[in-house]
Amino acid sequence: MEAAVFILSLIDCCALIFLSVYFIITLSDLECDYINARSCCSKLNKWVVPELVGQAIATALMLVSLHWFVFLLNLPVAAWNMYRFIRVPLGNMGVFDPTEIHNRGQLKSHMKEAMIKLGFHLLCFFIYLYSMILALIND
Amino acid sequence: MSVPGFNPSPAAGFTRHPTPIGGAAPLCQNGAVQTYPSMHSQAGYGATHPHYNSAPGHYAQMPSKAPPVNNQYGMNYYHNNYQQPVQTTARPGMAPVFRAPQVHSSRPPVSSQAMGPTSNVSMSSASPLHTGPPQPGAYPASAGYYGSSMPLVAPDGTSAQGFPPHSALATVPSAANSAYPIVSYPSAPGSSQYGTLPSSQTSAAGHNLVGAGPIPSSVSTAPQAPLQQVPLGHSVTSSWPSSAAVSAPPSYSGSLPGTVAAVNSQANTVLPSAANRLDQSCQPPWMFGAVHPTAGSPAPGRLATATPTPPVSASLAQHEGADSSSTTSSASPVPSNYEALEGGSYPDTSSKLPPGPPVSQASKAAKPFGCGYPSLQPAYQQTSALSSYSTNSQSSNPSNPPGYQQDSQPYPTMNQLSAALGGLSLPAQQLEALRPVNLMQDRNILPSTEVQAPVPNLSTDLKKANCRSDSFRCTLTNIPQTQALLNKAKLPLGLLLHPFRDLTQLPVITSNTIVRCRSCRTYINPFVSFLDQRRWKCNLCYRVNDVPEEFMYNPLTRSYGEPHKRPEVQNSTVEFIASSDYMLRPPQPAVYLFVLDVSHNAVEAGYLNVLCQSLLENLDKLPGDTRTRVGFITFDSTIHFYNLQEGLSQPQMLVVSDIDDVFLPTPDSLLVNLKESKELVKDLLNALPSMFTNTRETHSALGPALQAAFKLMSSTGGRVSVFQTQLPSLGAGLLHSREDPNQRSSTKVVQHLGPATDFYKKLALDCSGQQIAVDLFLLSSQYSDLASLACVSKYSAGSIFYYPSFHHVHNPAQAETFQKDLRRYFTRKIGFEAVMRIRCTKGLSIHTFHGNFFVRSTDLLSLANVNPDSRFAVQMSIDESLTDTALVCFQAALLYTSSKGKRRIRVHTLCLPVVSQLNDVFAGADVQAITCLLANMAVDRAISSNLTDSQDAVVNAVVDSLSAYRSTTSSFQQSGVIAPYSLRLFPLYVLALLKQKALRTGTSTRLDDRVFAMCEFKCQPLQQIMRMIHPNLYRIDNLTDEGALHVNDSIVPQPPILQLSAERLTREGAFLMDCGSVLYLWVGKSCDVTFISDVLGYPNHASIQQNITQIPELETPSSERTRSFITWLQENRSFNPVLYIVKDDTSAKTNFFQLLIEDRTEAALSYYEFLLHIQQQISK
Repeated sequence: MEAAVFILSLIDCCALIFLSVYFIITLSDLECDYINARSCCSKLNKWVVPELVGQAIATALMLVSLHWFVFLLNLPVAAWNMYRFIRVPLGNMGVFDPTEIHNRGQLKSHMKEAMIKLGFHLLCFFIYLYSMILALIND
Repeated sequence: MSVPGFNPSPAAGFTRHPTPIGGAAPLCQNGAVQTYPSMHSQAGYGATHPHYNSAPGHYAQMPSKAPPVNNQYGMNYYHNNYQQPVQTTARPGMAPVFRAPQVHSSRPPVSSQAMGPTSNVSMSSASPLHTGPPQPGAYPASAGYYGSSMPLVAPDGTSAQGFPPHSALATVPSAANSAYPIVSYPSAPGSSQYGTLPSSQTSAAGHNLVGAGPIPSSVSTAPQAPLQQVPLGHSVTSSWPSSAAVSAPPSYSGSLPGTVAAVNSQANTVLPSAANRLDQSCQPPWMFGAVHPTAGSPAPGRLATATPTPPVSASLAQHEGADSSSTTSSASPVPSNYEALEGGSYPDTSSKLPPGPPVSQASKAAKPFGCGYPSLQPAYQQTSALSSYSTNSQSSNPSNPPGYQQDSQPYPTMNQLSAALGGLSLPAQQLEALRPVNLMQDRNILPSTEVQAPVPNLSTDLKKANCRSDSFRCTLTNIPQTQALLNKAKLPLGLLLHPFRDLTQLPVITSNTIVRCRSCRTYINPFVSFLDQRRWKCNLCYRVNDVPEEFMYNPLTRSYGEPHKRPEVQNSTVEFIASSDYMLRPPQPAVYLFVLDVSHNAVEAGYLNVLCQSLLENLDKLPGDTRTRVGFITFDSTIHFYNLQEGLSQPQMLVVSDIDDVFLPTPDSLLVNLKESKELVKDLLNALPSMFTNTRETHSALGPALQAAFKLMSSTGGRVSVFQTQLPSLGAGLLHSREDPNQRSSTKVVQHLGPATDFYKKLALDCSGQQIAVDLFLLSSQYSDLASLACVSKYSAGSIFYYPSFHHVHNPAQAETFQKDLRRYFTRKIGFEAVMRIRCTKGLSIHTFHGNFFVRSTDLLSLANVNPDSRFAVQMSIDESLTDTALVCFQAALLYTSSKGKRRIRVHTLCLPVVSQLNDVFAGADVQAITCLLANMAVDRAISSNLTDSQDAVVNAVVDSLSAYRSTTSSFQQSGVIAPYSLRLFPLYVLALLKQKALRTGTSTRLDDRVFAMCEFKCQPLQQIMRMIHPNLYRIDNLTDEGALHVNDSIVPQPPILQLSAERLTREGAFLMDCGSVLYLWVGKSCDVTFISDVLGYPNHASIQQNITQIPELETPSSERTRSFITWLQENRSFNPVLYIVKDDTSAKTNFFQLLIEDRTEAALSYYEFLLHIQQQISK
């Protein structure tokens, strides 16, 4: 049981890592002018909800399996994703808005955010891996 | 008159300067010629020099870039300078007539620079100047603005003329030119920095004849120069002038001989650092001395060459003049074209040219532009002021022309002296700008003429070459070296661009290869340095590039091997005819689609009649060529298309009622060639107003209509003009009323400033992708959610027009405004499928954009259409320290398709000095640009956060910057609000900003009005915004000809600008308030009856009709004066403002008195209270 939870989390975490990397690559493409803001934002906006769901699943799994520490670790990130999603103004085209992304250093802050998330997911990845191995051994 | 005379003045001035409104007028009238020469050569020169000596600090900065250049180059540069002047003169003809007066004064300094240090030189040059007034006749043609497109191609006469404002200007020049060659040239501003100019202006203002007498005065005033606009009265100036060593010129001549070529490089390098600090001026003698050599080196050359060069320029000027239409052509480098173009005219000009040898000398002498020193010299001299010094320096430094070097080197004591003098050594301009002003005590800080942009503290050469402030303006004319310094100053750093402004003079270049930096793609510009003849160094990324073979030939002089004299390197605003490399597809034709609301509401308002009438009148004036296409769509709850295919007997209306899935009934015949189907179009326009008179349809399907328009246009791109009169209520993009009328005067949160849906934004981005711009005309009496609708224009680079409570009968003033705006709208120039890239020196980057466009990548703006009335702004940040450079440059390149189907690139380049001291940052602050940028930032803040936040942020901007300034002037312990002179108007402007519709709270403001005001802030040109924020108030019941301007044949009185306070009003007077888009004429109750009858045509105050929007044409002198003044104000801008007569007892009175922003209102502070508030905040 325990092992299954961590295997699921591990898979989820891998997906989130890939997503973070994808965000970083796309944003840096925009930074380097390889793609334009419109396509960049529509690409990224497509993955905002999957990311949010993925993070929510990982958080929920930890809660269900009563791993309080990992749960608390995941909670702020899940909450931030939610907050960011809800806070999008009516007139904007999503979390990433092509008309805003070049303003007020938004591009940079998005990039920073993606980097931090990547770091976080990597950390989680190893926690899950360790816990999974521990769980398998215990079994 | 011989051309040469022109040169000096033109070079300096260029057309760039805004028209000074001030009283210089008289100058204009008189043939300035006489005065001029005298000013220039003798008095001006001499005087200036001495002063400048003290200035050194300033100059030092300049050189930094220059160093690399060889002596030879330096020489060349000089040359360039000379040439430039000529060119400018020639083209500009139109130039700002008004300005002329100022220019006049300013010029002397300029000329001095150009001419070379020696008095002798100046003299010689001066004479030529006189003799060679430009050929007025030729100019007029050129005046037509931009017409000059291809040399071969005839200029777009129509388009150019189309613009009312310009045309007026253009005409003026011709008249003025003959009299005042100089006048027209704004060049003066540059010089003004150094202070010489202002003084001359002021002093001279009254008198055309500057004569020797005036000069001294000018000198004294010179320090103030930056202040020009500012009232002269300041004590500061007086102190400075003392130094004025008029005598200087003669002595200098002696010094000139030996130019130190080598010196330049050294000097340059050293200088930058030193220069930066204002204070340092005292210490640096050495450095300065070094610098001088550079400056000086050119000088000798000049002397010799001085006379010769002028001729060259003259030739150019003539040439240009000759083919008026081809102003541009002259510039066009391509030899073959050139010759063909020129035809007979050219030879003549050439003949005038002096023999070759002199030229060559000159070229050698001239420094590389970076040096710019020559120009500097004059400035220095002024500052030095000490006559003794000047003499010393002269003797000591023969080679160094200007006072500066001389002083410092030979006499080490200089240091001490300068130290003793303290601030004196600083460039006058900067000193004055830093003078602390206690705002609590000095109430009369408002200048009596319009505030002018500060001139960057650059060498004269660079100043001459620099971009005009109305096209390109920076909030800080001294760029801080690091982000930390910028943060310390608490002032926003940003650029205001008006790249597609109607220009009276613009060099157009046709060249096979457009020379650009290979790594950063910067266009070659006046601020690059030539390492040798075959290599140039990019001024943005510092890469060394090769000079292509073609660039070696200069079509202007028909000489080879002078790449630095090419028009691209002479002018900071140029236009290239682009080759097919710059096209993704064949240039699109001009395509205009009109999308008209014909619901009941629209018919009731009656706008269709006005629109169709106006369009009929202007159908032939729509910019375009034989490919121009037009189309019409009308909509209510259904969408109506009009088949106008050639061959039909009458227009065919096709109704599509499926608004959920709009399709085009006959895709090919809806957009038709205007030329071929003109009769059908006219029929339709005649029929349209009556077609829907009985409609009962109240719904509006704007969204689907826009989708249809998008489909119709997507294959070509073009302009969609949408006329909407109500809230869209059907189909995609429908909106709901969000305004709660009870909250209009709420002091708390104002909601719904942002869009309610992303439909319009998405549509705009789609349009932008297909090169379609949507211009929105909202004529609505009820809430129409402009916040959402405006998105469709904002992101597709369109314009937004709003006519609240428009009704053709009940609101005639609004109808008149609408009609006038339409005329301008239909005939103004337009550029299609445009992109603009803003490049800046390495280390700077853009972090926020303001304006109507879509930002496609970090520095690339996508503009489906570009029009001459939209302004853009960007905020900059300093990513890397700029310590290793003394100058930073910004380049805006706008690539567009003209209405004639030509691909063109308009390039503006701005160069600014870098400073390392906080003081210098304040000294270079441009308060108007700062206010404008702040307004943009406040709007963003209000939308993304809320209005209260945004108000706080604006107030904090003042508080923070003033406390930062206070911290730099530790000696000042006095109480009160201390502001540097350069920022003395800052609190006033910010208070005015807070009382604007966009940002005010507590006063009833309709949401749409508020949102529209915000849109205006985002895209109106700076001058317009400043008039909106802080209107100009004039008393006009006692107009006199004193200080009047002479425009064409009419005399335009120039009453002083009054403070916006009720205490300035009297019942005995009549006052005119100029708010940019509206003029209010307030007539006091006890106003002189003769004024009422002579000007307004009514027997007494009680009988004045309130709804008149024009001053009757009466045959009395006071009526003529008043009318000429009002007309002048109206023609001074793109869209004619409407005049409202306000009596004491009318409803418009409220509007009028709300604009007296120094007074208290029920919801906002008075100016004095606001200052108290600031004081409190600062001392916290």
